[in-house]
Amino acid sequence: MKKRIFAGILTALMAASLVACGGAGDSAPAAGGDDAGTTTEAGAGDDGEKIIVGFAQVGHESDWRTASTKSVQDAFSEANGYDLEFVDCDNDSAKQIEAVRQFIQDDVDYIVIDPIVSTGWDTVLTECEDAGIPVIVIDRTIEDSDKYVSWVGSEFMNEGLAAGAWLKAYAEAKGISDINVLVIEGSNGSSAQIGRTDGFKKYADEEGWKIIDSQDGDFTQDGGQKVMESYCKSYAGKFNVVVCQNDNEAFGAMDAMKAAGVEYGVDKDVILISFDACKAGLEYVQAGDINADFMCYPLQGEYCAQIIQQLKNGEDVEKQTFMTEPWYVAEDILPSITYTNNSGKEVTEDLVVVTDAASQASY
Amino acid sequence: MDNLKNLRKKPLFLPIFCMILVLLINLIKSPTFFSVSVNNGVLYGRLIDIINRGSEIAILAVGQTLVVAVSAGTDISVGSVMSLSACSCCMLLAGYGNNSVSTLVVPMAVGMLFGVLMGGVCGAFNGALVAKLKIQPMVATLILFTAARAIGLLLCNNQITYIRYEKYKYLGNFIPGCPIPTPVFVAIIVIIIIAILLRKTALGLYIQSVGINGRAARISGINSDVICFICYLICGICAGIAGIVASSRIYSADSNNIGLNFELDAILAVALGGNSLGGGKFNLAGSIIGAYTIQAITTTLLAMGVSTDKAPVFKAIIVIIIVVVQAPAFKSYMAARKAQRAQVKEAA
Repeated sequence: MKKRIFAGILTALMAASLVACGGAGDSAPAAGGDDAGTTTEAGAGDDGEKIIVGFAQVGHESDWRTASTKSVQDAFSEANGYDLEFVDCDNDSAKQIEAVRQFIQDDVDYIVIDPIVSTGWDTVLTECEDAGIPVIVIDRTIEDSDKYVSWVGSEFMNEGLAAGAWLKAYAEAKGISDINVLVIEGSNGSSAQIGRTDGFKKYADEEGWKIIDSQDGDFTQDGGQKVMESYCKSYAGKFNVVVCQNDNEAFGAMDAMKAAGVEYGVDKDVILISFDACKAGLEYVQAGDINADFMCYPLQGEYCAQIIQQLKNGEDVEKQTFMTEPWYVAEDILPSITYTNNSGKEVTEDLVVVTDAASQASY
Repeated sequence: MDNLKNLRKKPLFLPIFCMILVLLINLIKSPTFFSVSVNNGVLYGRLIDIINRGSEIAILAVGQTLVVAVSAGTDISVGSVMSLSACSCCMLLAGYGNNSVSTLVVPMAVGMLFGVLMGGVCGAFNGALVAKLKIQPMVATLILFTAARAIGLLLCNNQITYIRYEKYKYLGNFIPGCPIPTPVFVAIIVIIIIAILLRKTALGLYIQSVGINGRAARISGINSDVICFICYLICGICAGIAGIVASSRIYSADSNNIGLNFELDAILAVALGGNSLGGGKFNLAGSIIGAYTIQAITTTLLAMGVSTDKAPVFKAIIVIIIVVVQAPAFKSYMAARKAQRAQVKEAA
């Protein structure tokens, strides 16, 4: 009898874990379905014309990823005339390829992939092509195949370059000549870490800034805090710029600096630069704790929907779409920055001073 | 000389020796490693970092030691359980679905106790599987290793839940006016409670007897299943407490990252402490020293600015050395060599 009870508990727990895995996928469309109950009934006639989209997402490791997932789910909601098959691949690339094959089996109309790894895609993308299903790649890139119709994402290198250009202009405006930088990097080997590091380093080399140290904070708050705690002891009083490669790391770094008695933010000893610009991050920018925050836009959903509409109408689509990413600053002293972006073009981009509206609108 | 020999025979000699070895490397590399000052009214220095950040591993190691001793197996779910307890605590404090709050929905103590309770529930679940259903510990705890983090994510509605409430930070940072980091106190309290439980009751003895030979223990009147269950329960509660401390440090429930890979550190701490992973006799103090040794290695690597992609390699090398030095085969080899040399000397 006891054993049966335990077996029962075990089964319940396993079921719960399944729900946990599928939770992200189910919740949003279900909510959309309820709200749109009347719409669907009214439009019952074109029910057969629903566009079926398969989306193989990386996982759910950060706020950014959650925002990205939600944007795709919103863009392809039932109310918008779509039927979304969502698969959370839990950072397992084999599972992701399996998911894409399943989409082909299910004969979906379009496939959206956020590739976990950049290689090993040619076979499965050829299968998609043979099945006549257009593939749209978002966020991360595919290196070893060009059998997808379009890619939508961020140019991480430009984010790094913009940060460099901003620091150069800001230092000139404030009359700071000696720049000593500590960098808290993101997860080693991720495209965001590589792009942001390289972009910023290009400026550092050109301007002769000293990058004192650069360590991995793994894109987490705890990681940022740990690295900064160590920095504060190793390089006490020797640095005046801290670059955190995402907001979570910046939150951790701020706590560590506060504990060490280092003053950071607008007109303080240390200039703090961050990336991502999530809602909480922008609130800190607004409060003047973070000097500049370079956005990494996670809402690829609307761009995807637009591309699918174009494809449906038989129009040509761009092979690459870079999303517009605003650069947020705390002070209204520089209107814009000019820099040579990764495609070799000189661009001038506006700097946005954070307002309540901006931080509330962020993800 | 005789004193030294006696010292070397003490069970805690090697763990302490390893700890000193790691610290010695630091002393040679940078003498400032040991400087402790008062900054902002709190103690400040790398040694403080070690005892502060080592708290979670120490708390986990306490529970893990008991589990290893009683069942000759490891509880690999502790990291995930930490995450679950942090998530349940933050979810309760913030209210379901809110991802950033500055006022609490329920009193803070209720949330924290609920988190610890969740840890206890997980421990009880593991204990039931291992003690009653006789499932191998690693397989039994593998269930929560996978599921607990996912349940936590579900509780937090798939996002990082922030508790921006000043008092929530106290447990993982500093209580105003107290120069010592709070996690140190938490670790000490947990250690003292468990130590008293083991010393003042027969529990410690029972655990050892069940670990050495469960059947013999049962025949001599010890309820092996209950003892085993209690150990897993304690381990779960310890994981719950560690989870709350980790969550308080970053005043949020980051379900994906809290306690990530901590199960490995906890098991390593037990091994570094000179405990056999085969169960039976155990040494709680050894595990705790092991836990702080691991943290000392981590802090050392950070301090030396070892680039993070190379850091695991150095960590592995240090761990290999420590484990080899403590291995019975190595010890008997060294003893044999010594005897040989003594013989040669005598012959000469």
